Amino acid sequence: MSFESRLHADAGLAAKTCSCGRHSSQAVHSAAHASQEQRLDRMIEAAVVRAILPDDRTRRALFAKLGAATALAAISQFFPLRGATEVFAQTAPPEKQDLKVGFIPITCATPIIMAHPMGFYAKHKLNVEVVKTAGWAVIRDKTLNGEYDAAHMLSPMPIAMTLGVGSTAIPYTMPAVENINGQAITLAIKHKEKTDPKGWKGFKFAVPFDYSMHNYLLRYFLAEHGLDPDRDVQIRAIPPPEMVANLRAGNIDGFLAPDPVNQRAVYDGVAFIHTLSKEIWDRHPCCAFAASKEFITANPNTYAALLKSIIEATAFAARPENRKQIAEAIAPANYLNQPVTVVEQVLTGRFADGLGNVKNVPDRIDFDPFPWESFAVWIMTQMKRWGQIKGEVNYASIAKEVFLATDTTKLMLEAGLKPPSTTSKTFVVMGKEFDPTQPEAYIASFAIKRAS
Amino acid sequence: MRAPLGLRAALISLLLCIGLLCVWQVGTARVGATVKLDPDYARLMGITVTQGKSAMPGPADVGAKIWQHLKDPFYDRGTNDKGIGIQLLYSIARVLTGYLLAIAAAVPIGFVIGMSPLMARALNPFIQVLKPISPLAWMPLALYTIKDSSLSAIFVIFICSVWPMLLNTAFGVASVRREWLNVAKTLEMSPARTALRVILPAAAPTILTGMRISIGIAWLVIVAAEMLVGGTGIGYFVWNEWNNLSITNVIVAILCIGFVGMLLDQLMAGLLRLVTYAD
Repeated sequence: MSFESRLHADAGLAAKTCSCGRHSSQAVHSAAHASQEQRLDRMIEAAVVRAILPDDRTRRALFAKLGAATALAAISQFFPLRGATEVFAQTAPPEKQDLKVGFIPITCATPIIMAHPMGFYAKHKLNVEVVKTAGWAVIRDKTLNGEYDAAHMLSPMPIAMTLGVGSTAIPYTMPAVENINGQAITLAIKHKEKTDPKGWKGFKFAVPFDYSMHNYLLRYFLAEHGLDPDRDVQIRAIPPPEMVANLRAGNIDGFLAPDPVNQRAVYDGVAFIHTLSKEIWDRHPCCAFAASKEFITANPNTYAALLKSIIEATAFAARPENRKQIAEAIAPANYLNQPVTVVEQVLTGRFADGLGNVKNVPDRIDFDPFPWESFAVWIMTQMKRWGQIKGEVNYASIAKEVFLATDTTKLMLEAGLKPPSTTSKTFVVMGKEFDPTQPEAYIASFAIKRAS
Repeated sequence: MRAPLGLRAALISLLLCIGLLCVWQVGTARVGATVKLDPDYARLMGITVTQGKSAMPGPADVGAKIWQHLKDPFYDRGTNDKGIGIQLLYSIARVLTGYLLAIAAAVPIGFVIGMSPLMARALNPFIQVLKPISPLAWMPLALYTIKDSSLSAIFVIFICSVWPMLLNTAFGVASVRREWLNVAKTLEMSPARTALRVILPAAAPTILTGMRISIGIAWLVIVAAEMLVGGTGIGYFVWNEWNNLSITNVIVAILCIGFVGMLLDQLMAGLLRLVTYAD
């Protein structure tokens, strides 16, 4: 497990050993934090230097010639490095304490939701109201018009909003991923013999939104099996709560949907789970915690406190032993409004597949807040692949602008977690390696695509 | 000897109601076939699968649910979970706000259109184009421009309830008998006095008919609007229970919506009777 949270279900927050409770004494605590701060400084310096000198060769040449210390001193002449490192170090009270955060009732929103009943927001002196919202377009509009301070979104949405596809262009940011994995392709029970995707020609599928990982993963999956997602099948956007009702009525043959929708369809005996999304791309991002650039620049302390609550809640949710307790906290009508067994099957990964088997997949859903910039690049390649965006795309800079990996790194360190030391990584989708530095070549390598 | 008409009608209504309930009971009581399931697997599944129970609730289930809601209609367990009474009050408040605003706009404009053939012709194209627009089509535009979801819902109520009132007011005002207007003229009444003392009472039944149609439409629309924007109100309640696939609660909400709609309509009908006059 990559995180070690100081939050344990049983331990209180009061200090027993040192002020944070993770170290054997106050002295060890101070030492650890001093080194943590140094590390933080180094990381921020590195990020700034990378931003100023993006070309690897130039940067290395400069550093070799001048020596690192001189080079840094030269850079700090025109960029106040101290200022950048101090933004998050301060623990000033939040500018705004009463916040509204919108969510869609699905298990992807677990950290955002559970932070309310389990007190993660309160711990950071925030009075957050989590408001259930009817659909993605509504959550987008309510965040754009300022009714919500921040919201649960699909991770492609902040990118789409920043690019101005599907709405007016508004600079948007995504400082944390909520969940990884946790989606599934679910088919109506009448298709239980058709397990081979090649036989799905003419199927009608539903995804929650056009700008969703669900849409891109389903398209990817179908295309890998030789089906053209625009010509051989029909894919339509249906809000998650309406999916099961539509499947039962026979309006759709299946969906790639967030949980608990998949498990709920199984629970009601109308569908079976065909493929878990982790089988398509293990540890793929799905939903996200998003806020407008305006909000985070106007309220930096509130933003830091809010993001820290989310990061801590995410870390708490990442521990398998906490999942049962979380399921009970978020199942009631005020949050997901689902039977506890359904939510528990999703979170614990011990679930009925709809065909009479009990499966055990502990990482069916997992939680990892780190917004890898390469995730954003992959999302943009798929947007371009399916014709949602056209022309030149500045992948790396948009990824950096929207996915605030550096902020997450800092706050994860402050929360006592171990963030990764880079902000980009390669990964494998259905056996095919993705290199974030070669997005155009990646798009070109697919046989089925809309982009010319 | 025959019983009075009202009594006979009530009897037929009662029989119809019992008949419907019986059909409903028979239709949902059937237990479907169940396959023998592994107990471990069965524990993870819903009762539709394990006991073959119909997903559609029977009248007894709905009755029990209604009782449960009636016992505690005003509970408040957080932002997203409030009692059905609170939700209905939210919806009624929204409807009334939008509706009163619509009256404030429709009656004066209707007067102008009814009294001036020129304005009637000039405004006619706008009215004809705007009238048939589905209220929900306004929603994205309202959310975008007003930037507030509850005001948007009120705006949608306003925009869809304004037309019947406007047209009825214009029609009522235009068809006030010429003789009455001439009498007013002979008595040298001022235009304002004529409008208030002659035209308004004469056109009142038509205006109120328009208002009665409008309140019906407003109540129809609020449910759809709240399902779309969420948050509070009976429409949100329906959506939230749909989300949970709880048909029982959806039926309860449907009955509540029907009941409140009927009350609002009866209220307007009562007002209409007050202003009706024999010619």
